Amino acid sequence: MGRYLLRRLLQLIPVFIGTTFLIYWLVWSVPGDPFAGKCGERPCPDSFVNKMTEKFKLDEPLVVQYGNYMKNLFQGDFGQTFGGREIGDIIATSYPNTLKLALVALAVEAVIGLTAGVLTGLRRNGFLDNLVLVSSLFLIALPIFVIGFVAQWLLGVQWGIVKPTVSSEMRLSELIVPGFVLGSASMAYIARLARTSIAENRRADYVRTAIAKGLPMRRVVGIHLLRNSLIPVVTLLGTDLGALMGGAIVTEGIFQVNGIGQQVYRAIITKESATVVSIVVVLVLVYLLMNLVVDLLYAALDPRIRYE
Amino acid sequence: MSDILVSEQSAAGASGRPSGRLLEVEDLRVEFRTRDGVAKVINGVTYHVDAGETLAVLGESGSGKSVTAQTVMGILDTPPGFVTGGQVRFHGKDMLGMSFEERRRIRGEGIAMIFQDALSALNPVFTVGFQIAEQFRVRRGMSRSDAKKRAIEMLDQVKIPNAKGRFSSYPHQFSGGMRQRAMIAMSLALDPEVLIADEPTTALDVTVQAQIMDLLAELQRERRMGLILITHDLGVVADVADRIAVMYAGRIVEEANVYDLYAKPAHPYTIGLINSIPRLDEKGQELRTIKGLPPNLMNIPPGCPFNPRCPMAQPVCREKVPPLLQVGAGRASACHFAEELVNRD
Amino acid sequence: MSDPSAASIVSTPPAEAPNEIGAPTNAGLPENARKEKPRGLLGDAWRDLRRKPLFWISAAFIVLFLLMTAFPSLFTSGDPENGNLQNSLVGPSSEAWFGYDFQGRDVFARVIHGTRASIVVSLLSVLGVLLFGGAMGIVAGYRGGWVDALLSRIADIFFGLPFVLGAIVILTTFNGSGTSNSKAEIMGLVSISLIVLGWPVVMRLMRSSVLATKEADYIVAARALGAGTGRIILKHLLPNCLAPLLVYGTILVGSYIGAEATLSFLGVGLKSPVVSWGIMINEAQSLIRVAPYLLFFPAGFLVTAVLSFVMLGEAVREALDPKLR
Repeated sequence: MGRYLLRRLLQLIPVFIGTTFLIYWLVWSVPGDPFAGKCGERPCPDSFVNKMTEKFKLDEPLVVQYGNYMKNLFQGDFGQTFGGREIGDIIATSYPNTLKLALVALAVEAVIGLTAGVLTGLRRNGFLDNLVLVSSLFLIALPIFVIGFVAQWLLGVQWGIVKPTVSSEMRLSELIVPGFVLGSASMAYIARLARTSIAENRRADYVRTAIAKGLPMRRVVGIHLLRNSLIPVVTLLGTDLGALMGGAIVTEGIFQVNGIGQQVYRAIITKESATVVSIVVVLVLVYLLMNLVVDLLYAALDPRIRYE
Repeated sequence: MSDILVSEQSAAGASGRPSGRLLEVEDLRVEFRTRDGVAKVINGVTYHVDAGETLAVLGESGSGKSVTAQTVMGILDTPPGFVTGGQVRFHGKDMLGMSFEERRRIRGEGIAMIFQDALSALNPVFTVGFQIAEQFRVRRGMSRSDAKKRAIEMLDQVKIPNAKGRFSSYPHQFSGGMRQRAMIAMSLALDPEVLIADEPTTALDVTVQAQIMDLLAELQRERRMGLILITHDLGVVADVADRIAVMYAGRIVEEANVYDLYAKPAHPYTIGLINSIPRLDEKGQELRTIKGLPPNLMNIPPGCPFNPRCPMAQPVCREKVPPLLQVGAGRASACHFAEELVNRD
Repeated sequence: MSDPSAASIVSTPPAEAPNEIGAPTNAGLPENARKEKPRGLLGDAWRDLRRKPLFWISAAFIVLFLLMTAFPSLFTSGDPENGNLQNSLVGPSSEAWFGYDFQGRDVFARVIHGTRASIVVSLLSVLGVLLFGGAMGIVAGYRGGWVDALLSRIADIFFGLPFVLGAIVILTTFNGSGTSNSKAEIMGLVSISLIVLGWPVVMRLMRSSVLATKEADYIVAARALGAGTGRIILKHLLPNCLAPLLVYGTILVGSYIGAEATLSFLGVGLKSPVVSWGIMINEAQSLIRVAPYLLFFPAGFLVTAVLSFVMLGEAVREALDPKLR
């Protein structure tokens, strides 16, 4: 197990470097002039250009810039915006909001998705089955901004059940609708994956054996069937959490959540290159680590893949 | 949470008299209803097994031998399978008429079953020990530690070395033969009276096969179980069976004790099977086969189901289904010409 | 966009358990018994597909959208790009079925013409993703070893970029507020972003298909008979690995229509003067209280288009799945 972990960590490093370098290159190098549009209509004054060039070491080769940047990053220095704000602060204030939203979304999609999937997997072809199938199809097919829009308009504006946008306190009750929207597509995938997994495993030999042993059906389903069927579902949930923690630009925008998605979006639009890179580096790291955790989780759940 | 052994209740049997038979199948009929049609898989099967004896059910793939066993155990997939007639009696009481709970309690305690592929039959995510101990915990209400002790004892009984260590092993960590032993241990945990073994050695090497068959024979002797051995392998059968029932197209076509069957088979199908075994003293000769293929169970030809392939077929065979009739002491055959076959020299 | 998982949902009546009894034989059957020609997987799939009403419905819609893409003038004579300010925000009527937008443009004309941008971008992107990702997947799966390791790591690098984020970065870099690209250039850029971010999934899909079939007996046999690598790949490997790709590709078209709309909605995708559903929805945001129809119509088309492709993909998946037979 330790060797497996080590191997995966080693694989992770080149990928991390590759992705972050790619972003760095895209943001700093490709546009040509990193200062375009920073100072309004006119080109920026030389003093400003010199100061920034010094600060961000822009006259060095790209690889050196990148190396320098990473060195600082791992010492805790996330850099500063062009205006002088500490990027680390920006991340520290906005990321927790994103995490909160992500966890709510995960909870919603797990509860609804699993319930729907398990119930329809055990008993196919009822009214519930068709309902779940059709609604999950819609949730997967609709782009998230459409769902977000409709939810916000219907529940927030038309019917006034909830507030249309989220306040700065980020109360749990306010996060349920955005969480639902954020998790909507995943909820559908989870329901369908659970459904298929259970339906397939019901015919499995080991289920037949469990029945032949005379175990009560409650146990055959609740322990033997579910324990096997839900392995892919649990790993999907884990992967999804990794994706959710990558920030939800669209959902945060629609519901005005001050999360990291919002911050990075703004930074991209205003060409705050340093901010963009720092945030993306953090997000990529989190994503890669989550993937690793999911792999370990999978190995923990399925003994057959432990001894690779 | 312990279950009361059903046999206490049903010892009196349906009619009030103790029935001698441990397990009896009578005129069982099962069909499979699919999108493409209805297949008549079991067409009137009757056999029985008593304590301490081994009945071998012999037949090709598709003959219905496994489906019969599944119906006895109550693990038939319903749909598409449907029981359309007959009885399955355990200690004289018809199981097909029982409630789900009554039937469930018989499983494992009264009748147990082992399957062909132990790797897929065992749950891959639980240890072998867990799956054996489960029987003790759930059905006998034992504590975790007691159940573990008993499970290790069972592993010992089936001669798995280092039983204590192997308790925490997963099915995929065993070799084929060991896995089969583990499955046997699991099935015998609750001391059943009947064990149904559905092709237990088909997936194993020949040497391992012999070991497993020996183990089964020994365990059966010690516990005085009734053993139903389902197989297509004539070689395996000869050693261990007391009686053999030969199945074809969902019917029993011959039933006899092992000596009589091999010495003088009384049905053309059995004759064909036995003749097809390659023999060392016939080197250089052509292998003998039974020409043709088993019938399409959605469209069984009228008359005797074997008639299209039978070398002895006569017009009567295409018209009337031969009933399974006694043709000697303790033997029966479903052939219009069974008498002649039995009496030939 | 997350990749579709294994679950499948098209609600046709499920097949009862496959006939596991006996192979149909001629022994003992009367002479006029039906002789069935052996069909391949595709033939079986087509037969299954033909029976599903959902297949026909989605196919009909898709044909409709394709017609709109190619010949928008068949459906409308209005001008999608220029409008009369006097008609600003006039609601739907018998002359303009979908009303007019803020600049007085005929919404119906815009929606019809918008089909082209959405469909073309998606189809192009999916084609690119399938070709590129598929090729990488075949090479990685077939060669194995360090080639596989290298290609997989490269795929991981692109995989690690969150989709929307990556697209925004790429698009603002090359199509930022300062630049002015032509219609074709813009559409090309959006396609490239989608391809760059989407190919890893196809690569993995293809790679696992190849890995699964590579050691199959018939491949070994072909090699033993002297077949070269190219022939093995084209004739033996590819046909067996195509099925999941076909399914994924169809669903992906739907996904990408939604993705393009999302990017346009965020303001980084297609821009004026290109007309697309995403742009229209973007423009409708601020006006939703006074003119909800501005959102409703393009969104409706968007949803229908996405659903049609996704449902078609699902129907194809079910038809190709031998386990459900």
